[in-house]
Amino acid sequence: MQITSPTFKQNAVHALQDAQLQKAMGNVRAGFIDKRRKAADALPEFEALRDAARDIKDHTLAYLDLYLEAYEKKVTEAGGHVHWAETAEDARRIILDICRMQNAKTVTKGKSMITEEIALNDFLALAGIEAVETDLGEYIIQLRGEHPSHIIAPAVHLNKDQVEADFRRVHDYLAPNRDLSEPESLLDEARRVLRAKYFEADVGITGANFLVAETGSSVIVTNEGNGDLTQMLPRVHVVVASIEKIVPTLNDVGQILRVLARSATGQDMSVYTTFSTGPRRRGDPDGPEQYHVILLDNGRSSMLGTEFQDMLRCIRCGACMNHCPVYHAVGGHAYGWVYPGPMGAVLTPSLVGVDKSGHLPNASTFCGRCESVCPMRIPLPKMMRSWREREFERGLNPATQRYGLKLWAAFAKRPRLYKFATSLAIPVLSLVGGRKKRFSALPFAGGWTRFRDLPAPERRTFMQQWRQGAAVSRRGPT
Amino acid sequence: MSARDAIMAKVRAAIGDSADDAARREAVDKRLARPPKGIVPERGQLPDKKRVALFCQMAEKVAATVTRVRSPERVPRVVADYLRAKNLPAAIRMGDDRRLRTMPWDALKSLDVKPGRSDGFDEVGVSHAFAGIAETGTIALVSGKDNPTTVNFLPEHHIVVVDAGEIAGDLETVLTRLRRKFGKGGMPRTLNLVTGPSRSGDIEQKIILGAHGPRALHLIVVG
Repeated sequence: MQITSPTFKQNAVHALQDAQLQKAMGNVRAGFIDKRRKAADALPEFEALRDAARDIKDHTLAYLDLYLEAYEKKVTEAGGHVHWAETAEDARRIILDICRMQNAKTVTKGKSMITEEIALNDFLALAGIEAVETDLGEYIIQLRGEHPSHIIAPAVHLNKDQVEADFRRVHDYLAPNRDLSEPESLLDEARRVLRAKYFEADVGITGANFLVAETGSSVIVTNEGNGDLTQMLPRVHVVVASIEKIVPTLNDVGQILRVLARSATGQDMSVYTTFSTGPRRRGDPDGPEQYHVILLDNGRSSMLGTEFQDMLRCIRCGACMNHCPVYHAVGGHAYGWVYPGPMGAVLTPSLVGVDKSGHLPNASTFCGRCESVCPMRIPLPKMMRSWREREFERGLNPATQRYGLKLWAAFAKRPRLYKFATSLAIPVLSLVGGRKKRFSALPFAGGWTRFRDLPAPERRTFMQQWRQGAAVSRRGPT
Repeated sequence: MSARDAIMAKVRAAIGDSADDAARREAVDKRLARPPKGIVPERGQLPDKKRVALFCQMAEKVAATVTRVRSPERVPRVVADYLRAKNLPAAIRMGDDRRLRTMPWDALKSLDVKPGRSDGFDEVGVSHAFAGIAETGTIALVSGKDNPTTVNFLPEHHIVVVDAGEIAGDLETVLTRLRRKFGKGGMPRTLNLVTGPSRSGDIEQKIILGAHGPRALHLIVVG
């Protein structure tokens, strides 16, 4: 997909002015946060399970080569095929070859962020193959020619009347008096259309939440059941997964499952957790005749052994964006690539380069809510800071910002100078701030004051106040 | 160099260890041979009766419905009652599972029991669970020649028979049972863990039942 992360600032301005989007984003603020808290509070072991989940992934990453080998062996034993792909392009080509072998005209897809990452649908369309998204949210945004704005709720940026308009536009056989005003009737319409597609498809493509080395199984976690219909009805099931999806054993899946759904939607378990191991077996009445797994690197191995390795623990639950004030304000599309929110702000620079996506790790208040809810305890703010540092080191941020930072650093590194300068500046600013104690315009700070006032400082500097506070506390309470 | 070798080389270089390191192999082999049990929530660790009660309670919490019967002979009657109560045609799709087959379906003269995989036009599918999981109200279903996976997903209503004796407190107990049945490192082609009927919250975060899978999940707990 076209990356628009370089214009994040303009994207954000548009998003803030988009009334439909702002209305829809209210659902994120209202829905996810309470549900997660209730689910987490109801399980006394939740925090310990977060530690366990983190440790499982850390262990797996330390032995990733060996677990990949073990996994491949088990898939092959079960009659499946493993294909290795270094890049998105390699993965697309392998998938196209599989589709061509089947003379595929239609493929159905379960919800998968990795196939968004490799921009599979457009590629298949160029080859004359129709890829149909079957997850309700994905189906809706496919009709609109959009990309997901959230990793587990792809159409969260839309309201029901927008969905109705899209269904009427594309399903042009719908009678005008057919009621499509509520989510229920919209879902019924999508269910009916997609039922036919599952049976028509020659190939079904899904992602994977986990790949299990112990058994060679791929695991998908869904609520709708579309991923299951996608993988059981066509002749061929193709799994696309990046290499860090590996976990050692079934028990390890069990540990992570207990934090996954609770963090994502506030469910104890998602409705369908499905383990697939190889193709249809002798005597089986249904299931795919072929089972393929594409193991994709696409930049993951370059994160291993670096300060960004912890990001490879991510299980794509979406909790970080559900709790992010920046995501709440601008929605997912403003981030400009596949992965939005805090996890996207860390992952996108790793996968497409910080030169194109430097705005994303800067679009954070460092409030820390993302890390506090991350089931895998990924230190997201720390990694965003690392990206800011790299951006600075490589001279990627604008000159004014760099000189501003250097100027500030010159003062900050010289305490006497800093104290002297602030003791002069603060009373002046305080005075100029007037009775309102706010600035509605300031030289060099137009970017800030155009949208909100800057509070004026108190009359004395922080350090002056601190010293007085310390003096008070030395005297003891009065 | 193949893509596989290239990826492996990058991974090994990043980890900074060699694959032939015997200690590393041993660590991996050990974990695969003896999977650590991990943290198992206390919630499901209950005596038999209470465990089954928790299973029913958790299943109802996720919008499944539950009927309890004393013996397998009672199951066909409960299925017929369900069809009547929901105003459904007297027809079910059912795999050839031995435990289901030996139930007295013939006693219900008007009920059409269709064998084999679902064709997508069935109102009701009937399956037998491999196990239940009390902790979350989840049922485990395994595929095989007698258990089509399509029956679990295509019908509008899914009725699942669960033996009370096979309701475990936690997921790990079921995983251990799977290893026993399918051999170490073995798995059925498909293992479905199902927790309530299909649903979607994709339009304005409003949860609606019956997205692509069954609109209703009815559990019959035997024993």
